Amino acid sequence: MPDNINSDVAPVPTKPSGPEKRTRVEREFTVAERSQAQLVIRRFLQHKLAVGSLVVLVLIVLLAFVGGWLWKYDVSELTGDHSQPPSWDHPFGTDAIGHDSFAQVLRGTQISIGIAVLVALFATIVGTIWGAVAGFYRGWVDTILMRIADLVLTLPLLAVAAVLAHNTQGAWWLIAIVIAGLYWAYVSRVARGVVLSLREKEFIEAARALGATDSRIIFRHLVPNALGSVIVNATILVAIAILIETSLSFLGFGVQPPDTSLGLLVSQNQTAVSTRPWLFYFPGLFIILIALTINFIGDGLRDAFDPQQTKVRA
Amino acid sequence: MLAYSLRRLLISVPIFIASTFVVFLMAALSGNPLNRLLAISPPPPPQTIEAERVRLHLDQPIFERYWNWLTGLFRGDFGPSTESTMDIGNEVMSRYMVTLRLVLLAMLLALILAIIAGVVSAVKQYSGVDYTFTFIGFLFLAMPTFWFAILLKEAGISFNNAVGEQVLFTIGDSSVYVAGGAWDKVLDTAGHMILPTISLALLSFAAWSRFQRAAMLEVLNSDYVRLARAKGLRRGQVMRKHALRTALIPLTTVTALDLGSIISGAVVTETVFQWQGAGTFLLEAIEKDDVYSIMAWLVISATVIIVLNLVADLLYGVLDPRIRYA
Repeated sequence: MPDNINSDVAPVPTKPSGPEKRTRVEREFTVAERSQAQLVIRRFLQHKLAVGSLVVLVLIVLLAFVGGWLWKYDVSELTGDHSQPPSWDHPFGTDAIGHDSFAQVLRGTQISIGIAVLVALFATIVGTIWGAVAGFYRGWVDTILMRIADLVLTLPLLAVAAVLAHNTQGAWWLIAIVIAGLYWAYVSRVARGVVLSLREKEFIEAARALGATDSRIIFRHLVPNALGSVIVNATILVAIAILIETSLSFLGFGVQPPDTSLGLLVSQNQTAVSTRPWLFYFPGLFIILIALTINFIGDGLRDAFDPQQTKVRA
Repeated sequence: MLAYSLRRLLISVPIFIASTFVVFLMAALSGNPLNRLLAISPPPPPQTIEAERVRLHLDQPIFERYWNWLTGLFRGDFGPSTESTMDIGNEVMSRYMVTLRLVLLAMLLALILAIIAGVVSAVKQYSGVDYTFTFIGFLFLAMPTFWFAILLKEAGISFNNAVGEQVLFTIGDSSVYVAGGAWDKVLDTAGHMILPTISLALLSFAAWSRFQRAAMLEVLNSDYVRLARAKGLRRGQVMRKHALRTALIPLTTVTALDLGSIISGAVVTETVFQWQGAGTFLLEAIEKDDVYSIMAWLVISATVIIVLNLVADLLYGVLDPRIRYA
């Protein structure tokens, strides 16, 4: 009986696999099929600076959204410690009336990142559709749509945003809509350029010649190839939006107290730079760190989506 | 070439009208200029409020207000301010002069630095210098204007303390009273300008130097530069006359496109250094819902942008023979 059981669970003979089992010809010429997305991810992972930046950014986001929630002090809580330098109890110190600066910076990061992501999302959707329609139809539709985009682009956008955001009462999603309502024009230019150049490419012509339908061309060829530029631009736009929102809040036309953003924190503490530097430096460093890592990630994504653009093959 | 520029100037007229219309609508609809008057306690008599309403043209429908404003503009009338004693035209002009000084000098500084950094980075690609400039470029791209300006201000104060004399001024655009002659006045103005100019310039410098590097690299790898070297021209001559001149063309475009963001940057810089310039003029106007002052600022800014774009157009002709002879 025991013998029978043993024979029952005997391992199923496996197919010969692994490189050592293949013939030489197979090894040289068989290539595992990878989707476009897998290729992009593989290339992105080879970009050390971008991957490092992604790790740092994820840590910041986790710190802000999870850490801010778990942290012992609330943003508006008065701790009783006044103007304390950084310590274990208050990692970023406290301000004159006893707010814990760490809690404030985390809350500011939440708001600033939230606004920036929303801006990138709105601006990318509107801008991509706008630019794609212009590039696709060309002719007078293109002229009109792009003239409007040019008009928006020549304005001093931060100042116009200040005019428009003045009466939003600091609602963060309204601020995001105002900024997105001005910055979609950048995206539309890029999207138009991509569509214009793609529709003339040989592989589109080849697909057409092979009898591919319009929908197949659009979804199998145009969209995947345009997606790269759109994603890269959306990423960079997050970094731009962070800087715009913090500037707007700094000028007093963005996020309003009692809520806070990284720009507002710098504005409130600008006079403390020499006496209580921790109040001024930490929010600023968070802005720089977020914008810097996002820019590096954008760079990595650009290389990953379009390996020909930067790699010099000698 | 001149015809081309004039055509572009003509195209900007409808754009100008459309953009002023949009901003006028938004500024006029987003706030009530009478709010401050209504908030006074005890409340002013209804006649006063009504008189103010008429003075600010608030009794007219919005399209009529826009039309009256636009036609008034051609007579040099910028409309009534919520500050009844202020003449918007005089005020915005004198304050824009202060800003323009800052913007133009900062642009010049940023361009010079960007061209030097970009060209050196490209010629010595992947060297220590290149990596240093790349790092600086990325850092400044990620740095908010206001934060850097405050840091510079702080550095200026420490510098003054170290020297034991006020060399760099950190508040205001010039001193109210300067003893001595014209030369002392120039020195005083320069002392006020140094820090704001640097802070405004370095932020454009970041993007422009990256751009100049890319443009220069592309030119250096092109066939005609290789040919110029191959036929025995000296390296310096090829760099100056063949490579650099071509590589400056894209930068001209970017500079013209970035004008809006530089003027926005000037608003922030002026706030930090407490200048009485056009930027703070705008911010005060926004606070007071002073629609006509906001519009005056926008009109002057648009004019500056259009004129400087024209300069960029003319520069194309100098830099690019294909345009000159077209």
